[in-house]
Amino acid sequence: MAFHLPAGFPGRPKQTWGFLLIAGFLGFFLSGALVTVRADTNGEEAPKTVSDKPTLVPIGYVKQEVEEFIPLSRLNVKPDDLGIAGAEIALRDNNTTGKFTDQKFTLDVERVPVGEDAVAALRKLVAGGHHFVLVDAPADVLLQLSDSVKGQDVLLFNVSAPEVRLRQEDCRANVLHTAPDLAMLADALAQYLVWKKWQRWLVAKGVSPEDKQYLEAIRRSAKRFGATIVEERAYKATPGARRSDTGQQLIQLQMPVFTQGAPSYDVLIVADRGEIFGPYLPFRTWDPRPVAGTAGLRAVSWHPAHEQWGATQMQNRFQRFAHRFMLPLDHQAWIAVRAIGEAASRTKSGEYAPINAYIRGDKFDLAAFKGQKLTFRKWDGQLRQPIIIAGPELPVSTSPQQGFLHEHQEVDTLGIDAPESKCKLQ
Amino acid sequence: MTPSRLAAVLIAAAGLGFAAMPALAYTAYVSNEKGNSLTVIDSETLQVLTTMPVGQRPRGIMLTKDGKHVLICASDSNTVQVLDVEKRQIVAELPSGPDPELLNIHPSGSPVYVANEDDNLLTVIDLNTKEVLAEVEVGVEPEGVGVSPDGKTVVVTSETTNMAHFIDTETYEITDNVLVGTRPRFAEFTADGKHLWVTSEVAGTVSVIDAETRKIIKIIDFEIPGVQQIYIQPVGVRVTKDGTKAFVALGPANRVAVIDAKTFEVEDYLLVGKRVWQLAFTPDQKLLFATNGNSNDVSVIDVPSQKVTKSIPTGTAPWGVTISQE
Repeated sequence: MAFHLPAGFPGRPKQTWGFLLIAGFLGFFLSGALVTVRADTNGEEAPKTVSDKPTLVPIGYVKQEVEEFIPLSRLNVKPDDLGIAGAEIALRDNNTTGKFTDQKFTLDVERVPVGEDAVAALRKLVAGGHHFVLVDAPADVLLQLSDSVKGQDVLLFNVSAPEVRLRQEDCRANVLHTAPDLAMLADALAQYLVWKKWQRWLVAKGVSPEDKQYLEAIRRSAKRFGATIVEERAYKATPGARRSDTGQQLIQLQMPVFTQGAPSYDVLIVADRGEIFGPYLPFRTWDPRPVAGTAGLRAVSWHPAHEQWGATQMQNRFQRFAHRFMLPLDHQAWIAVRAIGEAASRTKSGEYAPINAYIRGDKFDLAAFKGQKLTFRKWDGQLRQPIIIAGPELPVSTSPQQGFLHEHQEVDTLGIDAPESKCKLQ
Repeated sequence: MTPSRLAAVLIAAAGLGFAAMPALAYTAYVSNEKGNSLTVIDSETLQVLTTMPVGQRPRGIMLTKDGKHVLICASDSNTVQVLDVEKRQIVAELPSGPDPELLNIHPSGSPVYVANEDDNLLTVIDLNTKEVLAEVEVGVEPEGVGVSPDGKTVVVTSETTNMAHFIDTETYEITDNVLVGTRPRFAEFTADGKHLWVTSEVAGTVSVIDAETRKIIKIIDFEIPGVQQIYIQPVGVRVTKDGTKAFVALGPANRVAVIDAKTFEVEDYLLVGKRVWQLAFTPDQKLLFATNGNSNDVSVIDVPSQKVTKSIPTGTAPWGVTISQE
């Protein structure tokens, strides 16, 4: 996706390991010096005056750094505070509400360098009184973290890992997923393509295990929604340097040849999560066809130009705060922190048990600029959410699409539904 | 009333005597969010009188108490425009602060209370001097603004904090915060000042709050056969002056709910256009106008018979509506 980043990118200086983010918010919190407040629900009495010591709700954030190639487009260089800035702005939102409910939220970020122990970082947070921890880590690290706190009063939020297995055979009772999984994303894209009657797909696939996972999700979606994969074509080049003095002349010749001689198709689906070749395909296919999947038209939880359903306000306050655009991981982290805030204000508590129960219960709903309430699926802990279908500069649509019916909630046509779930939460 | 229409009425009155006075024609003003325009409608003929350009992304709209001006929240122009209803021209702007969405006016005619969605503020503006009297810090994304009939209390709803904030209009201090359903969008006091109705768009509910005790006395749910709960998203609400009926616009459910305002039972769902946002009564309470954002029209509801009688085309994405007192 091409995002034009404003001046000042990549934004604020790197947070050091274990840096406490309380200080800035303390000032913010104290600035609203309200003398008399009262929070009421359904006639329950609440304290009438703000006490000197508001209820503390500490939130942790574990970010496991990973080795990654730089993206093909410099527009897509990951900001250093990706995800963390989303959690920070949600913390501000929570604390604005906290002024009225006598609650104070803090965020403590543990950055784990490549090759170092994320479990130790989580243990440190838990020992420091954190019951709610956001995790931005690869799937296997997330599972280690989950297992390391099994049976304790700790709720983890998977804000980044999209692997389907984390919601299926490897699902965990102490993990809720605000990141959509690959099955949801593929279903959302497939519904739009089928609605558009672009039902014959040529698939260009990479050869990495990650690409294979995406491909499996695409195959499943094609079968569910009535699309046909006319051919799967593998792109076998190994990743090299992302830029070279020689430039792109060769690519202009390679991509048409790679897509030449395909059976009749409507849309080229790219399965290339590592960006080895996918971003080169739009406008270079042999036949004039649109490109979708991991390049071109994409399914995303959030888009910097999404402005429906009050999202303008979210984008504005994020940009004022972080000096860059809000990206999907930022929104996924925002949702996790807001879910904690919402449960804390509704239960008037900072404790693990009531907050955990409320988030998982029937009363929970979250407004997150998606046009409908967001809730968590009980069978696998996955956040139920509409998915944005977007080109590089603008959203094109939002799935679920009209006409894809579900007996309970149309949004459950995206991803693994209860009857097909292999998840046994424990 | 325009001079020409006034003349016509006078001629009619002179010629036929006052017994033959025509039915009162009011003027409805509809803000078109995407059209950057205002559609002006005659409530008697139900014809569009004119469509005129205004600021960018006009949403909340309200006639001043003296009936001389219409205040228009031009959200993307970061201003509140003042329309002279005689001249049909923008004659002034109010220093609303950024992204004004909805406003309300003190019963005495001033000040004006504007919700700044982007800044977590309620801005209080003197309508005569056009000076900002106060800025009140409220919850995240303030939107709905209700003023009590006695003028002592203004209520702001904050969409992400999910509260109705009760503010003293003398001291500008928040005296109470009532937690309501998710994404509260609109607040309407009943004419007797006893109840406050707050719609919650994402929760799909309406909270009725006792204005005295500041406690929720009823949460109204909606159920429409063939419509999934998730598409029932209440936004605009109006209660009749006699306190018997309430009408609630249900957004993408494409219906206006009719509620017995005494028992809080939902009596009926009236099918209107697509994505119904806001509502306004004619002063005689015989008609209710409903703006339909996705079908670019206004549905006219006959209040006594509770029937949708007419659909009037507007500009693109109609959002707010206000109707003249004469």
